Amino acid sequence: MVLLVQYTLIFASVLMLVALGGCFSEHSGVINIGLEGIMVMGALGGALMMKFIDPSAAPVLIFLATALASIVCGVLYSLLLAVAAINFKADQTLVGTAMNLLGTAAATVIVKAVNTAENPDNVSSSIQYIETKKAFITNIGSFEFNWFMAVALIALIASVIILYRTRFGLRLMACGEHPQAADSVGINVYKMRYAGVLISGLLGGLGGIVYITAGVSEWKFEHGVAGFGFLALAVMIFGQWKPQRIALTALLFGLFRALSNVYTGFDVLMALNLPSSVYNMLPYIISLLVLAFTSKKSRAPKAEGIPYDKGQR
Amino acid sequence: MNNEPKKSLLRSNGLQSLIASLLCILLGLFVGYIVLLIINPVGAWEAIVTVMKNFLYYPSEAAALKYFGSTLVKAAPLLLCSLSVLFAYKVGLFNIGAAGQYVAGVGASLYCALALNMPWYVCLFAAMVAGGLMGAISGALKAYQNVNEVISCIMLNWIGLYAVNILLSGVKEETSPYTITLKAGNPNAQLPNMGLDQLFNNNKYVTLALPLAVLAAILVWVILEKTKLGYELKATGLNKDAAKYCGMREKRNIILTMVISGALAGMGAACFYLTGVEQWNCMQASVPAMGFNGIAAAFLGGLNPIGTIFSSYFIQHITSGGSYIDTSMYCAQISDLISSIIIYLCGFVLFVKVSMNRGLDKRDEKAKAKKGGKA
Repeated sequence: MVLLVQYTLIFASVLMLVALGGCFSEHSGVINIGLEGIMVMGALGGALMMKFIDPSAAPVLIFLATALASIVCGVLYSLLLAVAAINFKADQTLVGTAMNLLGTAAATVIVKAVNTAENPDNVSSSIQYIETKKAFITNIGSFEFNWFMAVALIALIASVIILYRTRFGLRLMACGEHPQAADSVGINVYKMRYAGVLISGLLGGLGGIVYITAGVSEWKFEHGVAGFGFLALAVMIFGQWKPQRIALTALLFGLFRALSNVYTGFDVLMALNLPSSVYNMLPYIISLLVLAFTSKKSRAPKAEGIPYDKGQR
Repeated sequence: MNNEPKKSLLRSNGLQSLIASLLCILLGLFVGYIVLLIINPVGAWEAIVTVMKNFLYYPSEAAALKYFGSTLVKAAPLLLCSLSVLFAYKVGLFNIGAAGQYVAGVGASLYCALALNMPWYVCLFAAMVAGGLMGAISGALKAYQNVNEVISCIMLNWIGLYAVNILLSGVKEETSPYTITLKAGNPNAQLPNMGLDQLFNNNKYVTLALPLAVLAAILVWVILEKTKLGYELKATGLNKDAAKYCGMREKRNIILTMVISGALAGMGAACFYLTGVEQWNCMQASVPAMGFNGIAAAFLGGLNPIGTIFSSYFIQHITSGGSYIDTSMYCAQISDLISSIIIYLCGFVLFVKVSMNRGLDKRDEKAKAKKGGKA
């Protein structure tokens, strides 16, 4: 049971971070389908940092360095979307899809290059971080508290305050609702959209590293992040683009995702004798059903997905 | 006298698309080359040449011909997947679910072949139905519940993958996670060669799938450009409220589009797995890349069914070429990297076209001014 709670919380943290990232980007008016790719890149940055940092360094240092590496990679990678969508008015769905493919391909190429450089016989696309991973975790009884859970909580509180209580957040949201109107009162729409996308890069990158360190001590980058970025998008939509609701949804989805990791620990579930694929499918089925019942009264930002053109009326 | 100003050749939409696509390819290759240079400067040029050469890697003509056939065998399903993406995109839907519909096609065709011992045409049909159904779910969700088709397609990709893994676990080999070969399980389910294998130095995987795929491309072009149905579908894509106002059944059109689109992707799966060239791995943990590469091919082909034939071949050509790279220095995924960069660059095609037209406008204006000055 403790294990279930633990996995639920950590997966919910990932979903929350990434969905909040998507929330910022979409409120500024840019659809970010590329979150999956951003997660992969963030995960790559963090994993490489964990691989090369001295495991005997202070845990706080390891934690901060890893988080920072992920953030930097995520933000840099999200620039690809920002430039294409904001400056070149490209199709945001297409660019996002390309970023997802590019993220996995690039990460695989980079990891393999790093691995073969170390040892010519090693052509795997995995990175191990057994030792350094311990820096993130503090045991409270049998519960493994991961510091990233705290980070996710902070991100949640910060998002609520920034979006609804600051000038910046309100302006950001105006750009996603009616950019022409925002522009007419002197808000620089391009700048705001850049901010939105880059914040999504920051949170997406963080989410990536948390995801790959959640249950395992080694990650195979060929698999990317297995659709988790898209799950986060579903969380965001079900959360109606509102941070508080996103948090609750993330907990729900996290629970279902956690079940696939720990269902073997429950006699009731084992007795059902279902193949493990069923548990793997579960989060996606739930999210599809949930979307079917909630999308009708969607509160999506009005101008999302539409490139801003100053001359348009 | 002809008063119409002569239209510059450069203004034709087709040529502009071609130029934009070639630009994307060149830039994609260039970025790939730079990545290779960073990884290991010694063999970078050689590696990029290997990727481009693909089957020409073999010095003997016979072997090259055989592997040319192999590339074509994989290009056929890719073409069908890209047609699937293209068809939906023309109707304003982004079918990122081609991968899932493809997986559904794999499941249906192999299950019919191996568990039910059906002949190949039934398997092919089953694959199309399965893919179509998968598409219909996304289409219906979009039409009736306003679910964004991108998200629902992605969820269905994963659901489809795991479901097919469960389904095909029933017909897998005892000792491996792979499904039974068609040769051993049900030779009747193999697509007929129709003598095409002779053309490629007895490459027995070259089958009916090739002409079928090309035929499908032509058919898609005819439907979209020459029929009432195609016109209605495109009108719905441009503005579904206007289409409704004109008396078109916009909900039906959306669903129908996804069904056709899904059937194309499902057919792609049958055209690949019923040749017997590969077995399905029931432990597969990621959605096959075929559907996503289809997106690349569709956009690279300038969203034209005929252009897609060439772009699909090209994408498969470099993907196959990637496997010949010297693995002691680089990895085969470099070709995935190149093709994903190409997709990314395809996002800029519109920008390229707009700036090309702007350049032409300027030139014309200058020419006009000169003429005016003389007169």
